[in-house]
Amino acid sequence: MIEWFAYAQVGIAVVAGLLCIVLGLAGRVPNDLVLGSLALVEVLLIGQVVVALVAPAVGNPPTGSLLEFWVYLVSAVLLPPAAALWALIDRGRWATVVCGVGALAVAVMVYRMLQIWTVQQA
Amino acid sequence: MNETSTAPVGARRRGRLSGIGRVLVAVYGVLALAATGRSLVQIVEKFDEAPVAYALSALAAVVYILATVALVMPGRTWYRIAWATILFEFTGVVVVGLLSIVRPDLFPHDTVWSWFGRGYLFIPLVLPPLGMWWLARHPVQDAAADVRGEGARTAVDAEGRA
Repeated sequence: MIEWFAYAQVGIAVVAGLLCIVLGLAGRVPNDLVLGSLALVEVLLIGQVVVALVAPAVGNPPTGSLLEFWVYLVSAVLLPPAAALWALIDRGRWATVVCGVGALAVAVMVYRMLQIWTVQQA
Repeated sequence: MNETSTAPVGARRRGRLSGIGRVLVAVYGVLALAATGRSLVQIVEKFDEAPVAYALSALAAVVYILATVALVMPGRTWYRIAWATILFEFTGVVVVGLLSIVRPDLFPHDTVWSWFGRGYLFIPLVLPPLGMWWLARHPVQDAAADVRGEGARTAVDAEGRA
């Protein structure tokens, strides 16, 4: 795992999450901005999948459990599409909030993944 | 399928899935996903180290899944299941949370409820009261609510948009 990439990813997911929650509480239905921020979060997660596949091969192995890391990563990758699907079906203001909750959950999971990779002792 | 209930449409309206209730369901879903994933890892990798703690984690994960489903599903039975699962969670997080602080020797390994769900941003402690408040505000008023009719679903949809 690349540390600055993970931190950037956490930061972007937090911003996206707060943005969606604020927009949702302001009464906005899911729009391009909401879905776009989720898409950005998802693209970065897919980038993280690539990093996680390559890193151990180039001398950057995880210190913690690789299985636990992948359970988090796969769960995180599933969240933005699930939230977006919800937004496409529901189209209410609370769907926007749900998108925000999803993005914040991704932020927490990426941070936890970073912990597993860097500081946790196996 | 098209059998119509004698109860008025109003009695079949249930707002359980309306408005902010949807956010509650989403948070429950995420927590269920996280707890299930983590407990799977614990069981696969190191079940022998702490069978009780990890079995408890797995049980909690299953209950979170059940609670999520029960919040979504209509009808009186699911409403009761929602109450039961949420009460179970609340009891679990309070009892295990207290024990993990007072008698840490009993819980040397993390469970979802250790330290009142610290590993999960205390969401396991906050969520059940919110869920109970939500359920109390949206009781199933009529047995006819057990009928999953188009009318009821439309009503819920319309309400959610309001």
